[in-house]
Amino acid sequence: MTVEDIATQSFEGGAGALVPAPPSGARQVWRRLRGRPAALAGGAVIVLLVLVAVGAPLLAALEGQDTTSYHAGLVDSASGGVPLGHFGGVSGSHWLGVEPGTGRDLFARLAYGARVSLGVAFGASVLQVLIGVTLGLAAGLGNRWVDGLLSRITDIFVVMPALILAIALLAVVPGGFPRPVLLTLVLGLLAWGGFAKIVRAQVLAQKSLDYVAASRLAGSSPWRTARRELLPALVAPVLSYAAVTLPTNIVSEAGLSFLGIGVTPPTPSWGQMLSSATTWYQADSAYVLLPAALLFVTVLAFTVFAEGVRAALDPRAASRLRVGTRAGRRGGEVAAEPATAPAADGPAGSARTTGTPNGGGTA
Amino acid sequence: MNGLPAFLVRRVLQAVLVLLVLAAVLYAVFYLAPGDAARLACGPKCSPAQVAQIRGQMGLGDPVYLQFWHFLQGIVTGHTYSTGTGSLHCPAPCLGQSYRTGELVTHLIGEKLPATASLALGAMVLWLVIGVGTGLVSALRRGGITERLLTGFTLVGVATPVFITGILLLLVFCSWLQWLPYPTYVPITDDPQQWAWNLLLPWLALALVEAAKYARLTRSSMLETLAEDHIRTFRAYGVGEGAVVRRHALRGALTPVIALSALDLGTMFGGALLTETLFGIPGLGQQLVQSVQMKDLPVVVGIVLVMGLAVVVANAVADVLYAFADRRVVLA
Repeated sequence: MTVEDIATQSFEGGAGALVPAPPSGARQVWRRLRGRPAALAGGAVIVLLVLVAVGAPLLAALEGQDTTSYHAGLVDSASGGVPLGHFGGVSGSHWLGVEPGTGRDLFARLAYGARVSLGVAFGASVLQVLIGVTLGLAAGLGNRWVDGLLSRITDIFVVMPALILAIALLAVVPGGFPRPVLLTLVLGLLAWGGFAKIVRAQVLAQKSLDYVAASRLAGSSPWRTARRELLPALVAPVLSYAAVTLPTNIVSEAGLSFLGIGVTPPTPSWGQMLSSATTWYQADSAYVLLPAALLFVTVLAFTVFAEGVRAALDPRAASRLRVGTRAGRRGGEVAAEPATAPAADGPAGSARTTGTPNGGGTA
Repeated sequence: MNGLPAFLVRRVLQAVLVLLVLAAVLYAVFYLAPGDAARLACGPKCSPAQVAQIRGQMGLGDPVYLQFWHFLQGIVTGHTYSTGTGSLHCPAPCLGQSYRTGELVTHLIGEKLPATASLALGAMVLWLVIGVGTGLVSALRRGGITERLLTGFTLVGVATPVFITGILLLLVFCSWLQWLPYPTYVPITDDPQQWAWNLLLPWLALALVEAAKYARLTRSSMLETLAEDHIRTFRAYGVGEGAVVRRHALRGALTPVIALSALDLGTMFGGALLTETLFGIPGLGQQLVQSVQMKDLPVVVGIVLVMGLAVVVANAVADVLYAFADRRVVLA
């Protein structure tokens, strides 16, 4: 038996005992999260929204309506299509009223809109995490050239006004391509820079620690080391950053749809409803208030929840982040964050690093 | 301030690289897109022969890398276009010609810039007053009701996208209360009073969102500064609390605020796309959205380069301001 075999044996055989536990076990995180009522409330709202999104067909069936049927009889054609009745045409068969102009059912459209909002945001976040973690790991573990190349590419993506590129990409892809999928791809492919930076920094910090060196000495391949030793250490920072980027992605989708280049009718999306509401706000304020309120509550819930998650995963980092230090000073106007992607108001590619959904570039 | 020249050189090189990549990507994206720029430029009633002639004049038959190269040349040396009957000279930072209207992109940007600048500057004044004001008050009166109100205000501000704030302002002030007419942009040179009156709502919409961020930053930065050793020393020497705050703490506390303002101003000079679109302000952001939808590549690339330039310059200015105000910062 060689020395190497012994090392391998002792490390692999006793993996449970020798590998240090990740800094925050799931139970510990849950305990810290439980102590934050605001975060819990945000989480509850998120669960509710996810249920609405998943059960949208069920809810619409319960109401007996769908998202696309026109109800010309419910709008006043003399006034150009203002819904008849109070609060935008609320009735027993149309629980939240109907869309001005077309008479399409608003409850069904809002419920289905949740699918677009949450689906695009979650999908884009997953894509961002996958790309960011892969490239960040590669940069952190690779040699000088790999790191240099990947870091430059990441820098460009971080600085790039992602919102503007998103607009350009969305404008040139033919209309036949399903828009929600396209939005997910565009947001996901453009705004992963922050993840790559965080992961690279974390890998560089962990790489020099004894347990990683031990794994390498024991003969693990770099890939195996990355998977077994480094990935667990990345969970906390990646998760807390993902929690922050999720509301950013929601705002980006809504913003792009609001500009008329994201989700287009007849597919319902809250941003697209707000966009058409701009021509109706004087005649039918309910049509403005419903999607605005939903979007607001959603972003608020995700933001509050993200702050809770961040604090629960790493209490010290959370208090550090809240302080207005150099690291925290970069913000932006919408979807494009410095370390962020497209969010709110402004083309800056620089808003991604901030934790605010509006720090991005589209205002 | 050691290393400032090296820092600036590095920053400029980085900026040029980013802008080049951005322009190249946009060129590639639009080149691959379906649609024929020459047909767009010519209009729907053109015969195939006319389209072919336009294509030749505009160099659209060239391979895309050559077109891109000519575009880059134009920025440095200018460009002269033949228009069939005569020629049109486009002086040195030449960003090309709109496919749609034939207007020089630099002219177009010059036309749109005042509206964007009006929006950005006015909003900045408002958000600094509101944001820094509330931030300072809540830092100096810790634990009071102001602090709790501020926490709520910043949370709401951070969670509200600007198009929601904007549309709610329109709903309340133009539709329900009818205090203000629906905003239509009036140039400041025409009528300064109408200019400000019509921009009030867009300014507020932008400023409320931004002010939340600034309030939070000012507050934490002030608290941090007040906890520093030199402040404790001033207090120990018997300097009054008011003087400590005004003469000594403010400088340190407002440094990040100033730096962030430079950054945000740069971002907004690029055009607040959503705000401009919502309120119909004829600025760079609105033009960009329209040009993208009309696939007017030269205008898109031109505006994006100007926006990118504004952001990159603002980034560098923010870093330099930061380093000037706080000598501990190392430029890198």
